Amino acid sequence: MDTAQDTGARRAVKLLIVDDSNIVRRRIERSQQFDDLEVVGTAANGIEALELARRTDPDLVTMDLTMPQMDGIECITQLVRLKPEVRILVISALADKATAVEAMERGANGFLNKPFTDRQLNEAIAELMY
Amino acid sequence: MLREEELKTFVDGTTRYFEVAAQQPASIGSPYLLEGEPAMHDYTGMINVSGKREGVVYFTAPRAMLTVLLMKMQESDFSHESMRDLVGEVANTISGNARRDFGHDFVISVPSVFAGEKPQINQPAGARAFVIPIHWRSHSAKLVVSLT
Repeated sequence: MDTAQDTGARRAVKLLIVDDSNIVRRRIERSQQFDDLEVVGTAANGIEALELARRTDPDLVTMDLTMPQMDGIECITQLVRLKPEVRILVISALADKATAVEAMERGANGFLNKPFTDRQLNEAIAELMY
Repeated sequence: MLREEELKTFVDGTTRYFEVAAQQPASIGSPYLLEGEPAMHDYTGMINVSGKREGVVYFTAPRAMLTVLLMKMQESDFSHESMRDLVGEVANTISGNARRDFGHDFVISVPSVFAGEKPQINQPAGARAFVIPIHWRSHSAKLVVSLT
């Protein structure tokens, strides 16, 4: 019997996209170019993101920061408690260094500023996937 | 009070938004001091600013411009909801990017969006409002910045 290890096949990386803008969520989903990345859910705020993370068990999360109900910084804190091994890429318009440092201290693994090109997005995702 | 040289942050942010998000730079006109109430376009995305500075930043644009902008972003949904989403996102991105110069204490709200209605603008006393005219393709929009 072939196993994933025998064939070299790799399990898809499960991606959860979190952003209060539907346009941005669709843009991330459309622009990512990885065959081994599976979008398992999208959320419009931190509360929805935590609920979806419990249900879908993502490996990678793209996380906006400025969102209603629960912002990204609080969501990162809770998400890391819930699932310490998850990789988090912050995608935010907030461009000051202190925000990036705070996000990393809470448990984010990468930071991409909006607006972004497809290439910047894919490079940032690749850095956290492999 | 917002100094004229601080406007450069918002001019640069607006230029960058169109250059990156729409892959086509906008031409920015000379900013001018707003007197009275500005003419609003079809959709307006507004950010309230608090912390070290107080005031509002808003982006107002006609539906035709937003439709082309969505097309350039490879979007296929041109609904009223998409237009609302887009003006909010433009205002949020330009305001958020301004923290590169204004710092962490330049606190921005989530966007409020207005369509076909006159927005309630809470301009703080003593704040001057500047209009940054934006020309993109054959369309015109405005970014208005009013900060203490």
